[in-house]
Amino acid sequence: MSETITFTIDGKEVSAQPGQTIMQAADAAGIYIPRLCAFEGLVPHGSCRVCTVMVNGRAQAACTQPVADGIVVENDTEKLLAIRRDIIEMLFVEGNHYCMFCEKSGNCELQALAYRFGIAAPKYPYLFPKREIDATHPDIFIDRNRCVLCGRCVRASRDVDGKGVFEFVGRGPQKRVAVNAEANLADTDLKTSDKAVEVCPVGAILRKRVGYAVPVGRRRYDHKPIGSDIEQAASKK
Amino acid sequence: MSKSLEADVKKICKACGNDRTRMMDIVRSVQEQCGCVSGEAMDLIAREVSCHRVEVESVVSFYAFLSTRPKGKVVIRLCDDVIDEMKGSDQVAAALKTELGIDFGETTADGAITLEHTPCIGMCDQAPAAMVNDEVVTYLSGDAARSMVRSLREHMDPKKLVGRFGDGNNGHDLVRSMVHNNIRQSGEVVLAPLAEGAALKNALAMSPAEVIRDVKTARLRGRGGAGFPTGMKWEFTRNAPGTQRYVLCNADEGEPGTFKDRVILTERPDVLIEGMTIAGYAIGSDTGVLYLRAEYAYLRSFLEQALHDRRNKGLLGKDICGKKGFNFDIRIQMGAGAYICGEETSLISSVEGLRGDPKNRPPFPAQKGLHQCPTTVNNVETFCCVSRILEKGPGWFAQMGSKGSPGTKVLSISGDCHRPGVYEVPFGIKLSDVLKLCGAEDAAAVQVGGPSGTMVSPAEFGRTICYDDLATGGSVMVFGPKRNLLKVVRKFLEFFIEESCGYCTPCRVGNVLLLERLNRILDGRGEPSDLPYLERLGQTIKTAARCGLGQTSPNPVLTTLKSFRSAYESLVKEAPDGLQPSFDIGAALGDAKTITGRESVHF
Ligand SMILES: Cc1cc2nc3c(=O)[nH]c(=O)nc-3n(C[C@H](O)[C@H](O)[C@H](O)COP(=O)(O)O)c2cc1C
Ligand code: SF4
Ligand code: FES
Ligand code: FES
Repeated sequence: MSETITFTIDGKEVSAQPGQTIMQAADAAGIYIPRLCAFEGLVPHGSCRVCTVMVNGRAQAACTQPVADGIVVENDTEKLLAIRRDIIEMLFVEGNHYCMFCEKSGNCELQALAYRFGIAAPKYPYLFPKREIDATHPDIFIDRNRCVLCGRCVRASRDVDGKGVFEFVGRGPQKRVAVNAEANLADTDLKTSDKAVEVCPVGAILRKRVGYAVPVGRRRYDHKPIGSDIEQAASKK
Repeated sequence: MSKSLEADVKKICKACGNDRTRMMDIVRSVQEQCGCVSGEAMDLIAREVSCHRVEVESVVSFYAFLSTRPKGKVVIRLCDDVIDEMKGSDQVAAALKTELGIDFGETTADGAITLEHTPCIGMCDQAPAAMVNDEVVTYLSGDAARSMVRSLREHMDPKKLVGRFGDGNNGHDLVRSMVHNNIRQSGEVVLAPLAEGAALKNALAMSPAEVIRDVKTARLRGRGGAGFPTGMKWEFTRNAPGTQRYVLCNADEGEPGTFKDRVILTERPDVLIEGMTIAGYAIGSDTGVLYLRAEYAYLRSFLEQALHDRRNKGLLGKDICGKKGFNFDIRIQMGAGAYICGEETSLISSVEGLRGDPKNRPPFPAQKGLHQCPTTVNNVETFCCVSRILEKGPGWFAQMGSKGSPGTKVLSISGDCHRPGVYEVPFGIKLSDVLKLCGAEDAAAVQVGGPSGTMVSPAEFGRTICYDDLATGGSVMVFGPKRNLLKVVRKFLEFFIEESCGYCTPCRVGNVLLLERLNRILDGRGEPSDLPYLERLGQTIKTAARCGLGQTSPNPVLTTLKSFRSAYESLVKEAPDGLQPSFDIGAALGDAKTITGRESVHF
């Protein structure tokens, strides 16, 4: 019933439905736009800016920007790759990411992005922030050293679990994820089955006693770079 | 749980209708009455307005004037803006510290007085200045600060610190402030007196569409900085689907060096309120909100009275000017210390009782703004221009100023000049003429448009103030030949870092990295490659940031790298030994040295 919208991404014609975002349309067309805070099924957040694309020459976040007829989208350009690389490096130096012994290693979206972008070491100096770990909950812990402030847990708990266990507090560089209690995760009604526990892209919210279960070689990103599922789905079509 | 706190919080929440969207008013009142919004208070508020406790915390922790830990009965907030520093705020700071016996960020042992820093409070023309609770004290010196603390210790009443009142309405019974207007040049548009109701009556004699047409014909563009055509914005708002619409006035005036809205609010509140009322008529709205920055709380009762007077005269409220069915009223929403709330979508978040995070666009406020309803947000001065356009006609307005920028602009000039203050000038005026007006012919650099604007070098003083050249929301800061511009840049970056909402990566992290590298250069550890590093980093932040704050925050670095590159070049050097000068091996081995207790051997 609804009319179809057509536009181009890097010169390739893409069709979409009104109300879709550029990212949704690109996914359907088998074009991977790198992302971190976006997660299927959650309202887009537009905070990490890894998905920055050019729309008619203006930078926009592909995860929040709606499609429109005839727009010219640039995605895979030198300039945008450089910007995304800068942003990913910023996320690495902003926190304390000890990938080599992190439970999430191999399944971590931040680490996988770094591999896809060929980042061996960030060009920025590490900021080494002092951040808190909360292991009070019997089954789950939150290690803010590894948090990238993507807000997936905030949205999942609020919109999917209907709980509101997590929320952002503070502003600027002091911004952090807080829990709905005086201090401790143990005093919230968070359950291991909550969506909020599942969606963390990095190793910030983890279930206890299940780390390192998958051996190296069989982890999510051991063989194929992040985004290849989207790219392959299209080549099969 | 203390009984009296419970009773207080309950009462405050009830007075706000236990309405979650009135969170700003609730937490401000709790802060005022109880000295802080404690964990207990947050639990109580959450219970009363039916939200999660962490949502209350997310609001309280966002705004600089709110606090979860108790503060003194009196809070002294010394402005640490770059202009104040130039005018000697260091001596004031030192005097306050010794007299109080505490450092910044601390409270005296008896819980009486807290000492803090705060960014620009809109008093750069009478710096150094500070806030003492809601009271503003200006033209401070070390001596003045000392005697201020002594008298505070006696009576603990900030009101009593005001000796002689400032000029004009600063002496009004409801203001009683020592702030000065410093109006150096009035123009015909904004600062001229208005016959009450004249513009409104003209507007009401026309259809709303005709009013919008007049604003368009006058080619009025927003005075808040972005310069969007006002008539077009109103038309979008009017035509957007919905039954409820809102008019918001942006009186957050947070761009350092800007203080013209302060003067307009003090001397021409009627012109502003009339403009908002005309906007209400034009877009089909019955509700306006004046968002007043917390720093201007001393003007609040005065503005409430101005609204009240107009209600009594039939210029606000029901059936305005006898026009059946045209109802419009305005309430004041206080801010709580956040520059980002001047960004229009953050302002909307704040009015909705949320953290002042900007919103994703689209939808734009004209489509879905306050409470998802079509909303127009305009600057104080923009509304004043509207009044004058409706009073004197769009043709009269359009012939003033320059071709692309009709009308006048009210500038706030501060820094190294003989006559700091407010100047209403025609658009298109040369910067060199502005400098002549304010007595700053020996200026070595001028920051136009505040930290997010442009640092202009003498070679470019022939440029003009207008939307197509040097755009400005009003801030003009003058720096004389003795000033270290890179230190000014550092100050601006510190400001953006403190005021970033932290939502998006480039702004939250990138600005910290810019500052780190600038500090290296200022410390003499910079290398030539640091300059392209700063340029690339700055460009990434500008391009990828989510809102106007991040999109302009690298400007101090980028514009000085362009116009004052030699200032950087003279500080950076290639290390003769080929090692990075930024790498200090002695410092890197410092920890090891402490642990092992012996000197490391290195070359
Ligand atoms: C970080 C930031 C701060 C801003 N602060 C103000 C302000 O204090 N006052 C203002 O009128 N506009 C401010 N603006 C511009 C507003 O977003 C908006 O464009 C303006 O209020 C619209 O009114 P106008 O069209 O009448 O200028 C700010 C923008 C940004 C990005
Ligand atoms: S640029 Fe990003 S972090 Fe900075 S104020 Fe805007 S949304 Fe917040
Ligand atoms: S994925 Fe779009 S901003 Fe994070
Ligand atoms: S590997 Fe990325 S957070 Fe652990």
